[in-house]
Amino acid sequence: MTGLRIFFIGGVTSYRALFNWLSPWIFVPTFLVAPIFQILLFVYIGRSAGVQSDEFYVIGNALQYAAIPCIFAMSNTIAGERFQQTLGYILATPAGRLPLFVGRSLPVIVNGMGVSAFALVVGGAIVGIHVPASSVGALALVIAISAFACTGLGLVSAAIGLLARDTATLNNIVFGLLLVFTGANVPLHELPGWMSTIAQGLPLTHGIEAARRLAEGASLSSVDRLVGAEALVGVLYAFVGYLFLTAMEWQSRNRATLERL
Amino acid sequence: MSVARLLWVGWRFHFKSLTLSGFFLITTVFGPALIATIAYYMFKTGQRPGTLFYASLGSAVYGIWSATLFGSGGALAWQRWQGTLEVVVSTPTPLLLIVLPLTLSTSSIGLYSLASTLIWGRVVFGIPFQIAHPLAFVVAVPATILGLGLLGVVLASTFILYRHANALSNMLEWPVLLVTGLLVPLSLLPGWSHPIAWVLAPTWGVRAIRGAALGGNPWPSTAVTLGLGLAYLVIGAVCLRYVELAARKQATLSLT
Repeated sequence: MTGLRIFFIGGVTSYRALFNWLSPWIFVPTFLVAPIFQILLFVYIGRSAGVQSDEFYVIGNALQYAAIPCIFAMSNTIAGERFQQTLGYILATPAGRLPLFVGRSLPVIVNGMGVSAFALVVGGAIVGIHVPASSVGALALVIAISAFACTGLGLVSAAIGLLARDTATLNNIVFGLLLVFTGANVPLHELPGWMSTIAQGLPLTHGIEAARRLAEGASLSSVDRLVGAEALVGVLYAFVGYLFLTAMEWQSRNRATLERL
Repeated sequence: MSVARLLWVGWRFHFKSLTLSGFFLITTVFGPALIATIAYYMFKTGQRPGTLFYASLGSAVYGIWSATLFGSGGALAWQRWQGTLEVVVSTPTPLLLIVLPLTLSTSSIGLYSLASTLIWGRVVFGIPFQIAHPLAFVVAVPATILGLGLLGVVLASTFILYRHANALSNMLEWPVLLVTGLLVPLSLLPGWSHPIAWVLAPTWGVRAIRGAALGGNPWPSTAVTLGLGLAYLVIGAVCLRYVELAARKQATLSLT
């Protein structure tokens, strides 16, 4: 019961306290306006290059943009404790580490879903793509799983943030790599073999592919392997992230680097 | 003489300082190379390899724009955060002469993006680096840096009115990349976006650099870039004066 309380209430509290983008002055430009322009930019580059349909770029970039809340926010909700000098107090408590860390990911996943869904709906409406009504539910599920998988990667980034100083730079690099490797803008078969192989182990790759097929009218059952792969990638990253966090906690206690800014 | 010395020392200090910042190195080196990579693959898929050098130059100017946007947009806000804004404003030197070398240095580190993007394109994608008019290229690059640096004065003096300058910078990065034709020809964009492009220095800067590199007449675009820069300087000076006076009157200079 205590674990559940830490998971839900602790997660929401930390989100409200440490999610730096909650102010509408930051939230609107960063999460609602920027993804629309990212979509438009790649739609127009695609038109200029004469490749792929508008739908390809709208779906790819709408899902990929979930990386901003999922990775940046996840690492901020943990690295932010260190910045606020409260990490020591939290880690000194006997609270279970699993609900403590993973509970912080739940509001982040919901946020990532919202950002992706908004970008998909508004970006799609501006460009004029058509998604069958029968695919909407399945698309929502894929968006949720992709946001979860991306948050798993955010957990790894958060763990590194306990040792490294500059998580913003690290997260910018991760975001950029996801833009190239996940097939958001270039089909995986057009990338060199080593890049498309790496892409198989990254969050969003399978989710984007599944979402594209659903938008073309495929059924959920026909993309179940892609959805399963995306979920598996998410579970693996979350597990690795959790292990990293506990290892980093031990390491930072050992080296007295807990409060290092 | 003292003005020239102030500009030189300020530019050199901020240039060295930005060079040591991991964030700015990522912005100027990694970001443009990444955009260039995506553009290369997209244009290659579209069987338009002739446009690869075109995309390379556009990505390089994007790097200059990005560095200017984040560096200049947040320039005064950072001073405010670090508690140095009051000291800077209270010196007898006009604020403009303190801000100007800062914004010029932010666009100057865009040189890193120019170099890295061209080297990346040459080494990884085998894009030939051939300049049609070397002299014009040598003039067009500094003119673009100067034009964007002066645009930075406008950004610095207006973004300070928005408490979360970084969010504003995040929001403006892609739209300007799109609307100024750095990667997409303006003819593909809706007609209403063209007047916006015409008043932005990156539009003319990239035209000048492309004209010099790919062939064409780069001089009119170079002249427009510099002319716009002059206009930005006047607008920036007026805005900066207004913001400084307002902040002094309302005692909001140090508020974070």
